[in-house]
Amino acid sequence: MRNILEIDGLCKTYASGLQALKPIHLSIREGEIFALLGPNGAGKTTLIGLVCGLLRASGGTVRVGGFDHASDYRQARALIGLVPQELATEMFETPMAAMRFTRGLFAKPPNQRLIEELLRGLSLWDKRSDRIQTLSGGMKRRVMIAKALAHEPRLLFLDEPTAGVDVELRRDMWALVRGLRERGVTIVLTTHYIEEAEEMADRIGVINKGELVLVDDKSALMRKLGSKRLTLHLQQPLPELPTELAAWSLNLIDQGNAFEYVFDINAGNNRIPELLNRINSLGIGIRDLSTEQSSLEDIFVSLTRREAA
Amino acid sequence: MISVNWRAMSAIYRFELARFFRTVGQSLATPVITTSLYFVVFGAAIGGRMGEIDGVSYGAFIVPGLIMLAVLTESINNAAFGIYFPRWTGTSYELLSAPVSPIEIVCGYVGAAATKSMILGFVTLATARLFVPIEILHPGWMIGFLALTAVSFCLFGFIIGIWAQSWEQLSVIPMLVVTPLTFLGGAFYTIDMLPGVWQTVALFNPIIYLVSGFRWSFYGNADVAVGISLAATMGFLCLCLAIVSWIFRTGYRLKQ
Repeated sequence: MRNILEIDGLCKTYASGLQALKPIHLSIREGEIFALLGPNGAGKTTLIGLVCGLLRASGGTVRVGGFDHASDYRQARALIGLVPQELATEMFETPMAAMRFTRGLFAKPPNQRLIEELLRGLSLWDKRSDRIQTLSGGMKRRVMIAKALAHEPRLLFLDEPTAGVDVELRRDMWALVRGLRERGVTIVLTTHYIEEAEEMADRIGVINKGELVLVDDKSALMRKLGSKRLTLHLQQPLPELPTELAAWSLNLIDQGNAFEYVFDINAGNNRIPELLNRINSLGIGIRDLSTEQSSLEDIFVSLTRREAA
Repeated sequence: MISVNWRAMSAIYRFELARFFRTVGQSLATPVITTSLYFVVFGAAIGGRMGEIDGVSYGAFIVPGLIMLAVLTESINNAAFGIYFPRWTGTSYELLSAPVSPIEIVCGYVGAAATKSMILGFVTLATARLFVPIEILHPGWMIGFLALTAVSFCLFGFIIGIWAQSWEQLSVIPMLVVTPLTFLGGAFYTIDMLPGVWQTVALFNPIIYLVSGFRWSFYGNADVAVGISLAATMGFLCLCLAIVSWIFRTGYRLKQ
């Protein structure tokens, strides 16, 4: 698959001496949804700012669709659409005027049909002639998305698209992003909601303290680091864990009312049948059992914790 | 591919002018009212007691200065606001991420602001015409000086708009530096009307040269030679251009 974005050694140290981004190497494949996941202050916005030209890089190169973003900045930037995290709109203008302005800035000829299509697609058509100032927060964000799409970019950056928006709008946003991908737009989104990355992304990059800790396919990531938790609820509480079960490193939880067994889903033999047999032979009655797959959240927490250790 | 992004320049230019025409009433009311007030005070109340200056009635004498006053202030304010506002609202991200060169950005913003100032200059002239008869000896030079002044001070305003970190800073230079300089810039008197040492001091005020050159294009009389006026204005223009190019080279207050 072709790479639409190639980042090589990109780094940023602010004048204050703060190293916001350690040298990063990252390729984004054409047509994918890539989620950049990390806590606040991890360097997500810095990375986007550097690629889009809002910040000056301290080193490294960026190629967009094969064009160097410094020496061929016109060609490179023409391919990129950006929706920043902060709500920033031309408040006294109408959505229509704002979109025409954006198209002009990106050297595209006027295209009323496309603007109409985008505004309709984002449920803004009725508001096309209202001052942006008078729109709700969710609508303003959609205006920003419409503007970012006005010049038909092939690569769209969404910086925290759902930060501070309600659940319904978040679902709409997800649907919108999927729709864009179907139209062939590559999407890089940042989020600190793991749920969002898990829901949306094809691939995930985890960034922490200015460092890209890991990049992988979402499913591979889940598989690779995934563990499963088996909980066995007992009929009678036990005062302590029987020594006969020590080989499984179980935890006795819920005031002695349940065993918890964490196992690697990739391990060839998870030794669950043996465990159940042994419990049975010890005469311990099982009331119920449940299993639970670890979420991206667990993976993320374990990754960043490992980083801190 | 494109070597000049004309569409971006024209988009910025039209966007900025649209802002002006949306509030065209209040934009034009200010200079019209100000000019009328100046005429009531200086033209009628005081001017009646003043003799002619270099064969021109006092009312007519102050017209070029008044126009310069309006153009200077409006140029700085318009251009400063034009670039400060997107920085303040945050929409400047789009400008930085678009395939636009710094020169195109400056041309768009400064061009639009200068156009507005020129329009205001002509409206001021028309207002003055209602009060006193005016002759313009060198209309070509008159428009030339007006354009040069508008562009130079719009560039200056652009610099202020990029430098300012708050609304207070945005207005502090126009208020504390430019307004006094304009009032002491010979709009209402000729240099030789000043007492001895102040004549020399006045020559350090750059506005003197603008007003003098501009007045020359009306009546053919000047405090300083026209060539020097022209050179001083061009010098200021070049200085502003140098600062603007430095701003974009270093990313000052635009890019960290």
